[in-house]
Amino acid sequence: MSLKTLKTDLAIIGGGPAGMSAAVAAYDAGVRNLLILERDGALGGILQQCIHNGFGLHRFGEELSGPEYAHRYEEMVRQRNIPFKLNTMVLDLTQDRRITATNSEDGVFYVDAGAVILAMGCRERPRGALNTPGTRPAGIYTAGTAQKLVNVKGCMPGRDVVILGSGDIGLIMARRMTLEGARVHAVCELMPYSGGLARNIEQCLHDFDIPLYLSTTVVGIKGRERLESVQIASVDENRRPIPSTIREIPCDTLLLSVGLIPENELTKSAGVPLDRTTQGAVVDQDRMTRVPGIFSCGNVLHVHDLVDYVSDEAAVAGRAAAAYLSGLEPGKEEIEIVPDGLVRYTVPQRLTRREQTRIFFRVGGIYRNVRIVVRDGEREIYSAKKLKVAPGEMESITLSKDVMRTLSGGRLEIGLEETP
Amino acid sequence: MKQYDVAVIGAGVVGAMICRELSRFEVRTVLLERMDDVCMGASRANSSIVHAGFDCEPGTLKARLNVRGSELMERVADELGVPYVRNTSLVVGFSDEDKPKLEYLLDKGIRNGVRGLKLVTSDEARALEPGLSEEVRWALLAPTGAVICPYELTIAAVGNAMDNGVELRTGFEVRTIGKEGDLYTVSSGEDALQAKYVINCAGVYADAVAAMAGAGDFTITPRRGEYMLMDKECGKAVRATVFRTPTAMGKGILVTRTVDGNLLMGPTAENIGDKEDTSTTAQGLEKVFEQARRVLPAVSMRQVITSFAGLRAVGPTGDFIINQPKEGFINCAGIESPGLSSAPAIAEYVLEMLGQSGLALAEKDRYSPRRRPFNWFRNLTPEEKDEVIRKDPAYGRMVCRCEGITEGEIRDALTQNPRPRDLDGVKRRTRAGMGRCQGGFCSPVVIELLAGELGIPYECVTKSGKGSYLMTGRTKGGRRS
Ligand SMILES: Cc1cc2nc3c(=O)[nH]c(=O)nc-3n(C[C@H](O)[C@H](O)[C@H](O)COP(=O)(O)OP(=O)(O)OC[C@H]3O[C@@H](n4cnc5c(N)ncnc54)[C@H](O)[C@@H]3O)c2cc1C
Repeated sequence: MSLKTLKTDLAIIGGGPAGMSAAVAAYDAGVRNLLILERDGALGGILQQCIHNGFGLHRFGEELSGPEYAHRYEEMVRQRNIPFKLNTMVLDLTQDRRITATNSEDGVFYVDAGAVILAMGCRERPRGALNTPGTRPAGIYTAGTAQKLVNVKGCMPGRDVVILGSGDIGLIMARRMTLEGARVHAVCELMPYSGGLARNIEQCLHDFDIPLYLSTTVVGIKGRERLESVQIASVDENRRPIPSTIREIPCDTLLLSVGLIPENELTKSAGVPLDRTTQGAVVDQDRMTRVPGIFSCGNVLHVHDLVDYVSDEAAVAGRAAAAYLSGLEPGKEEIEIVPDGLVRYTVPQRLTRREQTRIFFRVGGIYRNVRIVVRDGEREIYSAKKLKVAPGEMESITLSKDVMRTLSGGRLEIGLEETP
Repeated sequence: MKQYDVAVIGAGVVGAMICRELSRFEVRTVLLERMDDVCMGASRANSSIVHAGFDCEPGTLKARLNVRGSELMERVADELGVPYVRNTSLVVGFSDEDKPKLEYLLDKGIRNGVRGLKLVTSDEARALEPGLSEEVRWALLAPTGAVICPYELTIAAVGNAMDNGVELRTGFEVRTIGKEGDLYTVSSGEDALQAKYVINCAGVYADAVAAMAGAGDFTITPRRGEYMLMDKECGKAVRATVFRTPTAMGKGILVTRTVDGNLLMGPTAENIGDKEDTSTTAQGLEKVFEQARRVLPAVSMRQVITSFAGLRAVGPTGDFIINQPKEGFINCAGIESPGLSSAPAIAEYVLEMLGQSGLALAEKDRYSPRRRPFNWFRNLTPEEKDEVIRKDPAYGRMVCRCEGITEGEIRDALTQNPRPRDLDGVKRRTRAGMGRCQGGFCSPVVIELLAGELGIPYECVTKSGKGSYLMTGRTKGGRRS
């Protein structure tokens, strides 16, 4: 017996904000035969559990909650009658764009697609990855899992909480747990600065008098059945714990917000080369990967801090996929963008056409009074002053078409320099 | 008081294998376990290696049972549907000084009756395992070395025994053992039963259990071993199990591919006082990593998905203690490594002892050595999976995306002997939650399935037995209507 095979022009893997926005943009650019595959029971991805507000300021000019933001996009998908399959898990993707997927209705089936947009999002780094020594009791959750338990299941993961990592989900959960009557004793951050948005530190910690300990980490975990306490310690410049600073905080819950990892297992199975820093695909200005016809956008490409940017980026990918399907030749140039280290990464990482291009990037530390500089060999082709840049906030610059035309080709260097 | 022919104390791999052997016969058997699930001791956290048998001292019980166990294991694994891979073992030496030590091992192995052993040069070793360090000079190759999933083996053996009539009582901690006439009374304080024969397979507590019956005054010392488990991505770095040349300090840190394709590195060896202390330490994990990197230079800390520790039950003699100091009371004590490898042979040996001491071993008319495995679905072809999903749509609903485990597989495990009662129990049976996200995504769903099966509220599901509550209650607005 052979398996069912569907044919589609465009398959979008993931029905979160990235997948929906990409689908809508592709539809509006003329693609009619398209399909969204989503493993969850609803569209919306992680936004479904983000019941706090702060979404949509850029995109819609108003403050929405996560589910509201997702709902706006879901409406756009429905208005256009864009088909989607829920509870559908994609198991495999090949270089020639054959998808293997499974769900209860269709069994195991194939989708042969003219183009594929990857929009699978990311997952949280678990405790194991930190290698924190100690026992392995109940009461240790990633912040996102705790968020799901509280916001979706209506259950409290615990009462006395320590949070490791000051990423945005950790900050949001510090406030959420407090509002639910739990005591958040500390938020510990390994780095000398927080990885979260400044507004979240203000609204989620300061407003509730929750202490944020920078350059501090969890070095031990105690409790046999349920967590009883954690040991925290300050770290030196090399991020090694300083033994004399170890102290114990009794608690029944440890929430981890220690990083997000783009979920690129399918990307790898399709042979798409990844960027070591972003852990997402290497893409061009169209968000096309190095495998023709396979695009990537949203948190599976690189971790964003605002969903509004995810939607924008996905729309770029959606329109580009439509152009690709209509037979437009991909760009022929090969211009590599090389970050200087202070700038950790850029998206896109390469340019194949000389047109106006917006380049997103993140820096590796907090720097004040700097210039963002782009050089073409010795020649400075772009610069902009910044009072402050920080790892928690994504930055972007736009290179105009005129500037792009003047490039000698090959390679652009982007970096931070002191202001003269 | 309920009466049995045999009471087996301890549901580790040794107790499990003995029960499975007993279940072939018309023998009323009960398996007693203090924890809320089976396989909570050493059998859960070890190196998962079916040792070829070259490093045991010739002439010992260990040597004999290891080699015999390694012969039996492939068939046992097949009958129970437990993953088993004969991946060969390599003992590597970093200098010419190690060569005589490897020759000594080779000689011991030959005397123990291990087949196929061979000393090879660094080039031959690296031809087999390209990831091996350039420093490797010599290697001893043991083609009968294998890996198995130790908890699936133990759980499946208990399940198979139960399917064939053995009774399991979890949460039964044996506290006293008395004897009247030819009947032992075994009691937990709350509950008691009687049996003609008692078999002590209590792991690190085997000394305490023996003392209860006045059947031995040995002590068992817990010796902790810490491990790191790496992402499946690095499982490809090596196919075989790679040991360092043993030193006075023991076998040292090994690196192996697991049956699931992860890379496992460890264990350390440290005697400790506390028989419950399976915590990991910063020093221990650091040591594991440093030593493993010497063998496989490509391993990186970024790929660690979890770390854990197990306790070896170290006896006073260096050999297994398998004896019958009192009529009808058999000790299986000091079952340290290679206890997992030896378990099928230990069971054979104990049944012989029982037969000799008068237990009637009449074969059952209806006995099946086979058990429906946990992992049958994941080994199907896409076409076969498609057919299963048509019959049962639950197999089309993915729960654990990292390991690819469906709701159907979890439901199957929830209703199979021995039934899991908590999150970790489901994890050990199905692998749901064992992948790179470590249960972040799937645990809310698994909790729901467990709650449904156990008929308890969502927030009352535990992680691993009593006291390991996962939630402290409902949120403010979260009361159930
Ligand atoms: C770090 C480490 C690495 C190892 N590596 C290997 C290897 O690679 N290959 C190999 O062959 N072997 C290995 N071993 C050895 C192997 O794991 C053990 O020999 C084997 O698991 C022992 O099984 P067991 O049933 O005797 O003990 P356990 O699995 O410890 O079971 C004992 C059971 O008895 C129960 N119990 C105790 N007291 C009572 C009581 N009073 N009442 C009721 N129940 C009780 C316990 O709860 C437990 O479930 C290793 C061991 C360790 C710790």
